[in-house]
Amino acid sequence: MKLHIKNGRLVDPKNGVDRPVDLFIAEGRVAGFGAPPKGFSAERVIDASGLVVAPGLVDLAARLREPGLEYKATLESEMLAAVAGGVTSLACPPDTDPPLDEPGLVEMLKRRAASLNLARVYPVGALTAKLEGERLTEMAELRDHGCVAFSQADVPLPDTQLLWRALQYAATFGFPVWLRPQDPHVAKGGVAHDGEVATRLGLPGIPAFAETIALGTILALVRVTGTRVHLCRLSAGDSVEMVRAAKREGLAVTCDIAAHHLHLSDMDLGYFDSHAHVVPPFRSQRDRDRLRAGLADGTIDAVCSDHTPVDEDAKQLPFGESEPGTTGLELLLPLTLKWSQESRLPLPQALARVTSDPARILGVDAGHLAVGAPADVCIFDPESYVKIASGTLRSQGKNTPFLGYELPGVVRYTLVAGEVRYEAGG
Amino acid sequence: MHNPQLNAKGELAHLLTLEGLPREIIVNILDTAASFVGVTERDVKKVPLLRGKSVFNLFFENSTRTRTTFEIAAKRLSADVINLNITTSSTQKGETLLDTVDNLSAMHADMFVVRHAQSGAPHMIARHVGPERHVINAGDGRHAHPTQGLLDAYTIRHYKHDFGGLSVAIVGDILHSRVARSLIHVLNILGTPDVRVIGPQTLMPAGVESLGVRVCHDMREGLAGVDVVVMLRLQSERMRGPLLPSAQEFFKYYGLTPDKLAAAKPDAIVMHPGPMNRGIEIDSAVADGPRSVILPQVTFGIAVRMAVMSILGGS
Repeated sequence: MKLHIKNGRLVDPKNGVDRPVDLFIAEGRVAGFGAPPKGFSAERVIDASGLVVAPGLVDLAARLREPGLEYKATLESEMLAAVAGGVTSLACPPDTDPPLDEPGLVEMLKRRAASLNLARVYPVGALTAKLEGERLTEMAELRDHGCVAFSQADVPLPDTQLLWRALQYAATFGFPVWLRPQDPHVAKGGVAHDGEVATRLGLPGIPAFAETIALGTILALVRVTGTRVHLCRLSAGDSVEMVRAAKREGLAVTCDIAAHHLHLSDMDLGYFDSHAHVVPPFRSQRDRDRLRAGLADGTIDAVCSDHTPVDEDAKQLPFGESEPGTTGLELLLPLTLKWSQESRLPLPQALARVTSDPARILGVDAGHLAVGAPADVCIFDPESYVKIASGTLRSQGKNTPFLGYELPGVVRYTLVAGEVRYEAGG
Repeated sequence: MHNPQLNAKGELAHLLTLEGLPREIIVNILDTAASFVGVTERDVKKVPLLRGKSVFNLFFENSTRTRTTFEIAAKRLSADVINLNITTSSTQKGETLLDTVDNLSAMHADMFVVRHAQSGAPHMIARHVGPERHVINAGDGRHAHPTQGLLDAYTIRHYKHDFGGLSVAIVGDILHSRVARSLIHVLNILGTPDVRVIGPQTLMPAGVESLGVRVCHDMREGLAGVDVVVMLRLQSERMRGPLLPSAQEFFKYYGLTPDKLAAAKPDAIVMHPGPMNRGIEIDSAVADGPRSVILPQVTFGIAVRMAVMSILGGS
């Protein structure tokens, strides 16, 4: 399919492009800008007047719930949600049932995903067998079958000796390890940020230092092993400061936060709203403000959706018994735009955090639109607002604390490998 | 944010927590309770205010005492009372909390008295049943025990008449205590100038000062000059472990003995929500002594619960 996207504002953060220019696509790749390449005859013309033409979003954490958790969501429903949200590449954490700890499971996921012909899926392999934290997985084998990194997802790894060895082993092959820092002992039993709100609501707390203690351990191990570590879902202001210092020191670390953490704090638990039950927990407004500043100055490399579709039954429980998580694929772009508007940041800088920066962490050729790059494109209307409602979400998970919010950014077209995979109203 | 326990007219539709309740509503409950104290002392201890209404005691966590006082209160208001001890019934068969509530609503329950180990469970039920049926929180997790807070306030008002110049000390396991939280809220709403919490750091929740209290770790310092001492029950599973080394050491430093009580005002009263652990948080000489108002608390508790039920049932 040869495509001509005309009259749009092309925003390609990695290549420093932000100007009105036509885009030409052929054979799944970017074929040229401005004037059509020689001999180009478009099979379809998309009029992008008033719209932004950007690289497709790259999401570092989206749970697709397959295998094993199909009652919460299916690969099909969540991949549709991805393209509806402008997400063209996504990494899925290994906390499926069973976890992604064997090549066969990874192969099956990749095959199922490919057959749907929607977004690109990059499996993150389990760091330890069954995520039990006792035995290393066959990382090299898993890598050969397509795992891009190794992780414990949200499952604790209490044995620091094992963490050290896992990092050494991964470093041997140059594999990146993705870790969400949280000390399992300090966090034990907690369901909310340990602060005034949790005290008032009588909810067992997870102190911010549960994160910084674990982060300190990880940074110390990075220093000795040299492993490329990506820190997932930071939630505490002090963590941002620690990462800033680590980067200044020259450690090979990157980090992300979840889009919902850019906007909400523990105050949003309201009267025990289980939709605000997430991991890591929403922390204080001061923590949130420091995360926003850290993302703006690049200490935090990327924003992800941390997409976790949860069935309504698992949310219709008292706060502490409800299953944590929020649906996010379709909110990643709007929440990022809301942050950039509120922070008065240029659009390219904001879009970099959901395109080129996560692509760099993922180590794949995505998140930019240079000539020859894969034509993964998100075309959206930055001036329109979308009202978040369960009826408009394509994800099977309707669980989000943003229900009822009006957020900026409506995706009109999503292209993967030069094919239109989503078209608003189509 | 909409207060989930008030209806559109600002009247009490549910009693879920004392936090954020208007002062007038609380004073009205206490005044109404005062009128019921007489009823409980009559030969015929019944008034017909809730005749024909059904009150369901939904206890997802065991409690003989609280359940009994709610049952007596409802019966004195001529309501039909049904007790459900859910730990031994439906949830073990896999029924969800809201399914249980729906089933009971279909049996025309007018009022649910709910106790649950999870903070916020009564809020969820109240949101689910709407304002036509009334939910009374009889204790949820660490969050709230509003009728206990009200009966504590009633007791203090009975003996001290006015909250304006009072010093109140709450002693023990603040971290896990819904009783302490509800009492702190009601004392602040009623204008108590000096509310102190006393205990080791391990039993204090994060940022407890934000509730409107002063924190003391030394018992004698904390009790100095107070008008009211409220002792909290220490659950046996907390007596040895990461929070406390032993019940003996706790008693030595934080147990209320005549010696420590001497630091309080000479006419200070001693309260306890029960059931007491004698020799752990309170010495028998104090529990049975002249300043103890622990048994009157129980009597007032019935009048306070009658007041809450009659106000909810009549709205």
